[in-house]
Amino acid sequence: MEGAALLGRLTWELAEVVDLVVENPRVKTLALDVPEWPGHRTGQHVDVRLTAEDGYQAERSYSIASAPSGNRVELTVETLEDGEVSPYLTDVLRPGDKLELRGPIGGYFVWELATGGPVLLVGGGSGVVPLMAMIRERAAAGSDVDLRLLYSSRTWDDVIYRDELERLAGGGLTVTHTLTRSQPEGWTGYSRRVDGEMLAEVGPAAADRPHVYVCGPTPFVEAVAAALVAQGHEPQRIKTERFGPTGG
Amino acid sequence: MDAFMLDGNAVAGLLHEVFGGEMTTASGTCANCGSTAQVGAVHVFRSAGVVLRCPSCDNVLAKFVERRTQICVDLSGLRLLARPEQ
Repeated sequence: MEGAALLGRLTWELAEVVDLVVENPRVKTLALDVPEWPGHRTGQHVDVRLTAEDGYQAERSYSIASAPSGNRVELTVETLEDGEVSPYLTDVLRPGDKLELRGPIGGYFVWELATGGPVLLVGGGSGVVPLMAMIRERAAAGSDVDLRLLYSSRTWDDVIYRDELERLAGGGLTVTHTLTRSQPEGWTGYSRRVDGEMLAEVGPAAADRPHVYVCGPTPFVEAVAAALVAQGHEPQRIKTERFGPTGG
Repeated sequence: MDAFMLDGNAVAGLLHEVFGGEMTTASGTCANCGSTAQVGAVHVFRSAGVVLRCPSCDNVLAKFVERRTQICVDLSGLRLLARPEQ
């Protein structure tokens, strides 16, 4: 009976920070050990809760960056200057510190190997995080499913997971960058915001009925989703996850 | 387009708390226009509370306000909310 009552409940757990990785000057990955972690599906997120000494609490959602692997859960967090939570996560936390979280949460923005392909992932800035979990799961399973990432960043230095993406590309995974603000010397890739022409070139075509996942700031997601629909992609096959401009 | 708009994924934790299960894959039918959308895809606005709006007609589907010991829920904009068995 107790088990039945607890079924489906979401409880706050204490996770321990086991590692911190600097991805770029504004982005860090926190590797956490979460006892009793039930495992997750790629694309899911966790809620993180901080409690101040006076009892004030702030809660934020962060996408899981890692593929399922035991009790280890990785979150990649971008520091938002005026944020209540993210500066603490990226600048204050040290290995050994504890953190309250609950999850995994969500089932809508989820891709699994069983979902199959072809798959088109379109990420803007730190919107790449849940998409990376999908790419990592595919790699961990040695899958050759056709998966294409179109990743929009402001500059080359802003690109998160740059080396890992380069290493993983090939064998059915294509990684295409677009750099919207500035480009390194000799850059031959895209240097504009994602548009219909770019989406058509990266593919897969709407006729191939890809599963599409779009994650990023709200204006980015709106623009990409509208361009995809205009090209004949079925709205039901376009899953979106929007980041707010504030709050982190 | 409102840059402050989020989607149902952003409040998945709150919805899980209220309904006791994963809700972003549930489908909601708008009481105003009759269109159906998965909860993960509905538009969400946060301020003092959380407001879910229909992605087709912008009708307010649901409102959630947390008070000290209560969560108040208004679902009057939904005709139907159907969650897959879990």
